Amino acid sequence: MGSYILKRLVSAIPVLLGITVIVFLIMAMIPGDPATAILGSYATPENVEKINRDLGLDKPLVQRYFIWLGNMLTGDFGRSFSLNRPVLDEVLERFNATLILAGTSFVLCAVLGVLAGVVSAARQYGLADKLITFVVLIGISVPAFFLGMMMILLFAVNLRWLPVSGMYAIYGGGDLADLLRHLVMPALALAAVATGVVARLSRSAMLEVLRQDYIRTARAKGVPERRVIMGHALRVAMVSIIPVLGIQAGFVLSGAVYIEIVFQWPGVGRMLVDAILTRDILLVQGGVVFVAACYVLFNIAVDVAQSLLDPRIKT
Amino acid sequence: MTFLTMTRRVLLAAATSTLALGALTAPAAAQTPPGVLIVGQIAEPKSLDPAAVTAVNDFRILVNLYEGLVAYEPGTLEVAPALATDWEINEEGTEYTFTLREDVTFHDGTPFNAEAVKFNFDRMLDEEHPYHDTGPFPLAFFFSSVEETEVVDEYTVKFHLNAPYAPFLSNLAYPTGLMVSPAAVEQYGADYGRNPAGTGPFTFGEWRSNEAVVLEKNADYWGEEAGTEAVVFRPITDANTRVAEMLAGGIDLMVEVPPTSLGQFTDTDAYQVYEQSGPHVWFLILNAKEGPFADKRVRQAVNYAVDKEAIVNDVLEGTAEVAAGPTPPAFAWAYNEELDPYPHDPEKARELLAEAGAEGASLTFYVTEGGSGMLDPISMGTAIQADLAEVGLDVSIETYEWNTFLGEVNPGLEGKADMAEMAWMTNDPDTLPYLALRTDAFPSEGGFNSGYYSNEEVDQLLEEARVATDQEERARLYKEMQEIVQEDAPWLFVANWKQNAVTSDRVEGFSLEPSFLLMLGDVTKN
Repeated sequence: MGSYILKRLVSAIPVLLGITVIVFLIMAMIPGDPATAILGSYATPENVEKINRDLGLDKPLVQRYFIWLGNMLTGDFGRSFSLNRPVLDEVLERFNATLILAGTSFVLCAVLGVLAGVVSAARQYGLADKLITFVVLIGISVPAFFLGMMMILLFAVNLRWLPVSGMYAIYGGGDLADLLRHLVMPALALAAVATGVVARLSRSAMLEVLRQDYIRTARAKGVPERRVIMGHALRVAMVSIIPVLGIQAGFVLSGAVYIEIVFQWPGVGRMLVDAILTRDILLVQGGVVFVAACYVLFNIAVDVAQSLLDPRIKT
Repeated sequence: MTFLTMTRRVLLAAATSTLALGALTAPAAAQTPPGVLIVGQIAEPKSLDPAAVTAVNDFRILVNLYEGLVAYEPGTLEVAPALATDWEINEEGTEYTFTLREDVTFHDGTPFNAEAVKFNFDRMLDEEHPYHDTGPFPLAFFFSSVEETEVVDEYTVKFHLNAPYAPFLSNLAYPTGLMVSPAAVEQYGADYGRNPAGTGPFTFGEWRSNEAVVLEKNADYWGEEAGTEAVVFRPITDANTRVAEMLAGGIDLMVEVPPTSLGQFTDTDAYQVYEQSGPHVWFLILNAKEGPFADKRVRQAVNYAVDKEAIVNDVLEGTAEVAAGPTPPAFAWAYNEELDPYPHDPEKARELLAEAGAEGASLTFYVTEGGSGMLDPISMGTAIQADLAEVGLDVSIETYEWNTFLGEVNPGLEGKADMAEMAWMTNDPDTLPYLALRTDAFPSEGGFNSGYYSNEEVDQLLEEARVATDQEERARLYKEMQEIVQEDAPWLFVANWKQNAVTSDRVEGFSLEPSFLLMLGDVTKN
């Protein structure tokens, strides 16, 4: 197992290097430059040239790439010109916020999705199944940002139960209860689609397993239904559910971008959007590489979990 | 236990946690605390170093933290004393001598004096200055005419200009001219923008990234003490979310209300809506070098063809006024009141097009998706396209993201497009025409005259106005310039934006300034 994990980690290195090249080239190729973004209508060629020189953007492309890569390997992600602070400080702070949001959403979608799928499959064509299928369909169909706006309108503006936006109250907040209050709506809005997808796939995975002979055998032996479902069937079905969860984790992470904008959540998604609009090259590059590295690591973790569950996968 | 009872247990757990959640939500309806003004901003500030920023969004915070030698007189764009009590200009207009207040200290306790003023300007302008590397200073060129800043005595400072430059005073009133504490810059270096110290009615409290910038009342302020204990600036980038926060009571004041949301605040006594037109003009640059717009009659024709009233009333929901010429009316002293906007007259437009032989011409029109001061550029562009189709012009729109758009338009429209959207917000009537209407301001010369308009008379008027130090004389020159430019129609003049803001009924003493800056010293909240 140890060597399998090591092998997977080593194979991730070219992936990450590829990502650094791609994000660097994209930022170099998109029209517009940081100086134009800073100066706006005052961007005369002379001013633009001076500011780009101050930012070190007058060097050749290849040289800039290797300077950036070399610095990053020593832990120096550079300085964001638009926020006037080290890129790594900003990315870590923002990623923390995104992790809280996306992590909660992921747990919600995994627990609720699998649970709904299991109930649906156990009660196929029953009332619970029909109800769950209906709710799941709505969850999958409504765009998350729209759901978020409707939630704000109902729970924050009309009922005034929950705060509209942000992560902590400006005054008198900062504790866990305050965080949870701010987290409820964005986490639910973000989890909605992923929960639907997981529920549907869990349902079909469970149905397939429940048709197997050994399930019939277990039931014939008089094993209690709960143990048949949760023990015999779900354990096997998880093998095909876990990769879907891995994909949904990526989905939740990317979906966080627009949820963060609607709910003004200070996460990494919103940071990247702002950074792209201001052409904050180092911040975009650093942010993308960091998020990509986390995603790659998460996928390795998923594969390892799967190999633990399914002995057929060679390690 | 059967499977069914297990799901019941799950249901029970779910119900309990929902109740727990209900308990959590209860105190959320609390109002913002008294004495603390919470302002909904459109974005996170870049820095709190006035020399390093360019965005109005950042200026709104800075003007409460800092002061300049001079400031705009409330309600106008005229220059009034601030940290300087008095000034003298020599006959040639090349030496400005300021007498400074003697009772002012920076928030970090260091004294404000002539040395501090010299430090501020040297830091921006002198590449050899030890703290020049705390930049870049994108708007330093506002003061590029300053040859030397001389300390005459402790409270007298003299600027030597390389040539007479009339907008110098109003540039000093612009946020780029706000005075920072030299000691704080020396202490924090590149991190000064997050540890600011000025002389204003509020001191810096804290900056929680992406959550809030907190300013606190300056108890030792030399002027009248601030009306609130603290001001909190919250960045809320999404306009709908900002409106929702206002409706839910999470903020006390919001700026840049989307036109379509204004109705929600005007129909009730719980809110107060403010409007103020400012030094903004929204126009189309017409390519006078080649194609149909090389003919003045075609440029005039499109000015007649577009229904500007419909654009400001329907597209912009009344948040702008029809522009008559290149100078916004907010520059009251320099604005030519006798100019009337081109009326909407498609018949006249067709006649002019026929005279010029440009009927049915095909035009390429650059439109941006957004951008500073651009209002609602896509809807406005589409409305203009429809009006021009009405008089037989075939307009094809090309849309660009803002930074890309500037990269296309600023180098000039030659060989690419016939017209392009543009908007400017400036602090002096000199700035826009000088940078965008002179022959010497063609893109090849480093200017913004992307439509290549050239009229010797206009060139001369603008040069004269720039060196005239008498305001009445300057006003006369600008008024004459506006008349000629309106007749020549190098642009299609569309709109002057009115900035808006909404406050809750707990806020008193607030007003919007024509400078678009947000002065909060006199505001109170109960």
